[in-house]
Order: sequence, then structure tokens, then C-alpha cells
Amino acid sequence: MSISPEEIVETLTMVTQQNLDIRTVTLGLSLGDCVADSCDGMATKVYDKIMRKAERLVSVADEIARDYGVPIVNKRISVTPIAQLAAACSDADLTPIAAAMDRAAKEVGVDFIGGFSALVHKGIGDGDRRLIDSIPSALATTDRVCSSVNVASTRAGMNMDAILRMAEVVREAAERTADRDSIGCAKLVIFCNMVEDNPFMAGAVHGTGEADAVVNVGISGPGVVRAVVSSLPDDADLTAVAEAIKATSFKITRAGELVAREAAQRLGVQMGIVDLSLAPTPALGDSVADIIEAMGVERCGGPGTTTALALLNDAVKKGGAMGTSSIGGLSGAFIPVSEDASMVAAVEAGALTLEKLEAMTAVCSVGLDMIAIPGDTAVETIANIISDACAIGVINGKTTAARLIPVIGKGVGDHASFGGLLGAAPIMPVNEWAGTKLARRGGRFPAPLNSLRN
Amino acid sequence: MKTRAILSVLGEDRVGIVAAISNALAEAGANIEDIRQTILSGVFSMTMLVTVNEDITPFQNVQARLAEVGERLGLQVTLQREDVFRFMHRV
Repeated sequence: MSISPEEIVETLTMVTQQNLDIRTVTLGLSLGDCVADSCDGMATKVYDKIMRKAERLVSVADEIARDYGVPIVNKRISVTPIAQLAAACSDADLTPIAAAMDRAAKEVGVDFIGGFSALVHKGIGDGDRRLIDSIPSALATTDRVCSSVNVASTRAGMNMDAILRMAEVVREAAERTADRDSIGCAKLVIFCNMVEDNPFMAGAVHGTGEADAVVNVGISGPGVVRAVVSSLPDDADLTAVAEAIKATSFKITRAGELVAREAAQRLGVQMGIVDLSLAPTPALGDSVADIIEAMGVERCGGPGTTTALALLNDAVKKGGAMGTSSIGGLSGAFIPVSEDASMVAAVEAGALTLEKLEAMTAVCSVGLDMIAIPGDTAVETIANIISDACAIGVINGKTTAARLIPVIGKGVGDHASFGGLLGAAPIMPVNEWAGTKLARRGGRFPAPLNSLRN
Repeated sequence: MKTRAILSVLGEDRVGIVAAISNALAEAGANIEDIRQTILSGVFSMTMLVTVNEDITPFQNVQARLAEVGERLGLQVTLQREDVFRFMHRV
């Protein structure tokens, strides 16, 4: 037998005890052919196209999970940023398109559909403006639709008007869903350097450089990496830690590569990318904070956290890059506070603060993610937190993002609960020096120099 | 269509495990290519390389039959396509 019993047991243990799973199989769909001169006409075409193209997605993914014995937790869809379609009509309210996406998502059985999105890093077009204005209503009246807006890029700099507008939208989305701990904001990501092939929510879109339909796969497995790091002796040096993470990342990426190839073949669409992200879930042990602590940081958020996270992020990519030639998406380690039980514990212990999360943003996959903040946080404060995250991305040429949830009616000491994989989180204190003047200046933060790199 | 798969069985040792598993495979038209079995501290552990003839019994039906045997004997029985191990453990 070419496969040893030890290798078989290792794979089984990864799945049964260490939460190895394929986090998502995401079907990317172009909606370029759904343009119509009215919003309702477009909504009908969008619904029909999703129903037609994604009909078999869930059953095929379930079949693959059974055949290989590796769970596929989520099946999702990403679509062309809706703002691009919206330019063709003149309706002010684009919520009917979101409603059509939601209805189709429910009927084909996917848990989220991403792409109620706009890219406005350099300027806001008419369709973009109407889409952004429709986000609070779209998120309040749908369950599965996710929205994302790109407000900055290394090539264009930062659109400060868009950032302030998005801070207002975050606030409006929070108010519209105040009765559900402002869950609308959990489905809204504001990006710098958004990628076009991300399979993870809430930021998935099907970019303009993509084929008509592609399958992108997001792998996970923080529990597997933690188990490997924990099994090392306490005096193992960091080279050994990096090597162990790299080897493990290779294995879990290979599982993702296999699933992506199979899914593409069975669905008869092109294989897109494998996204090697360590994505935590609220399940015990499925935590990125646990890996950081297993590496020797006393509590996630304490000194050394940025070092540990940087090493983890780099080693995951190195191992993953060996495992697939189709590396893409966000690829790295996610640090969503509410979705990671040990990160929540670190916040509650006072070890992890918003400022430390911002530092971690510089070395992780995307950054400020699923952070509950007081409901009365000023719009200008939210805008400046977003722009700080974007500044890190713009200057360092990486994707960064902010998914902030001002929980209306709640303050520091309270908790917010979003349910399912979105988890629950304590409300984190926010630095109250708002920087109102800076946030209201507007204009553009010019594109940075890409040399003189200190 | 013939599909190579890895069958793993784990649980408390008792009389008739190999017989029951082999029997289920034979009835499904699946061929055993290789077999390794040990008992560690009373825990029965067996891995098999099998070829499932899907023209006789589809893969998922073989999985269902083996799951029934596992349930009857109180064992964890897993049948997975072989590629997943090849992909994960070989460069």
C-alpha cells in the first residue's frame, strides 16, 4: 500500500479531532449578461441566472465531501459587483436586486452570496453611489446577501470621500438592524486592495478579470496548525515552528486543491483559485488566537503577537504555495474577533485591544474583522479607523479591510451575538479622540511611492 | 468505473470484524488490494486499500453499507477516495 497507516490516521485525526475542513466552495458568476434598463428587469435576470448556473452547486459539493471524507462547511456564490450593472439603470433604490440575490441563494441552498459591491477607490460613479446608498436597506431586508466596497488601492491611493460615506453607511446599516445587534454590519466589508477571486465572505465578488463561471475554494484548519505547534517541544526554535506550520499548510492546501479540481470538473466550470486562509470558527480549538498562544505568546494581543502572527501568515503561504499553483484570494490568517473564541477571551481579559488589532492588520490576511464597537461611536471615528486600516494596505501593497459593527444601544461591557459562524463578541472600547477634522477633509490620499521603502 | 479508496476501521476488538467488513465489500463487488491490521491496547485498527467497482455498486452505496456494519459492531468505519491521501501526503 503506497499510503502508510500513520498517514491515514493523521488525515482522519485532522478531520475528526482538529476541525480540518474545506471552509467554502464558492461559485463565481459573471452577471455581465443580466443588464437591463430597469432595476426590476435586472433583478429578474439576476435571479434566473443564479438559479440556472448554481442549481447543482450544493449537491455536487456535498457529494465531494462524502467521497473524500473531508467536510465542506459552506457553499457560496460570488457575483459581478452589482454597481457595474447598476450603471445601466437609473433607479435610486437597488434593493430589489439584493432581494433577488437573496431569494436565489435560499433556493439553491447557499449560506451567503457576495457581490452587492462597488469599487470606488478613485472616484464614485453614479451607479456606485446608488449602490452604496442602497446598502443599509439591502442588508436589513435580506439574510444572505453580503456587501463590500473597495475604497483604496496602492495604485490609486485612498478615496477619503468614499471612506467617510462608508462610515455613514456602516452607521445606517447598524441602525437599520438595531433589533438584531446590528447584524447588517457583519455582512459589510470595506476594503483596500480588494481581490477579485476571494471565496470568503463577506468580501467575495466575481471580478472583471474572471471567466463567466469559476470555482474558488477556501481552505481552513487553524485547529490542525495549533495541534502541530502544540506538539513541538517548548524549546523548539522559531525555525522549527515555521517548518512545522509550512508542512501542515501544504497538506491542508492539497486537500483544497483536490476539492477545487473535482468541483470544477463536476460542475463543468473553470477552476479558479485555492485560498489558503486560516479561518477560525467559534468552535472550541478552531482558533487563530490559540495558534499564537501555542507559539508562546502568553495571551493573544500581548507583546509578541505581531511577531507570531507574521510568522504564521508567512509560513502558511509558503506551505500553501507548494501545495497549489492556483494560490489566490486573500490567503493568510484571518483575525475576526467574534468568530474566534480565544480572541474573544483575550479581549475580555484586556489583552487584546483595537490598536493591537490594527498592528496585526499589517501582517495578517486582511485585518480589522468582526469587531463590535459601542453603538454611539461617532461616524468620524469609524471613518478614521477605516482609513487607518486602508493606510496600512496602501503603503504596504496588501489587502486590508474593516468590518466594524457599531452595536446600537450597547456599550463597553455589553455583548453582541450574531449567531452561527459569525459568533458573538464583547463590545470593544474605541479611542474617543475622533479626529473629526481629518475625517471631514475628504479628497484623495495620493497614490504612494513604491520605492524608498522605509 | 473503478475507484480506488482507503477504508479505515477503528474500535473495540471483537470477533468477526474482518469477516463482516470483507463480506460487505464482497457483496458490493469491491476488491481488497491490500490490508493492514493491528490491535493496540485492545483497540482494533485496520486500513485497507480497496477498488470499488462503481458499475456494480456506486461509491456512496458502498459507504452506506459499510456504515451499517460499523453501526452494528460499534466501529468507526470510513471509506474515502484514495486521492485525498495521495494529495495530502505526497509531493
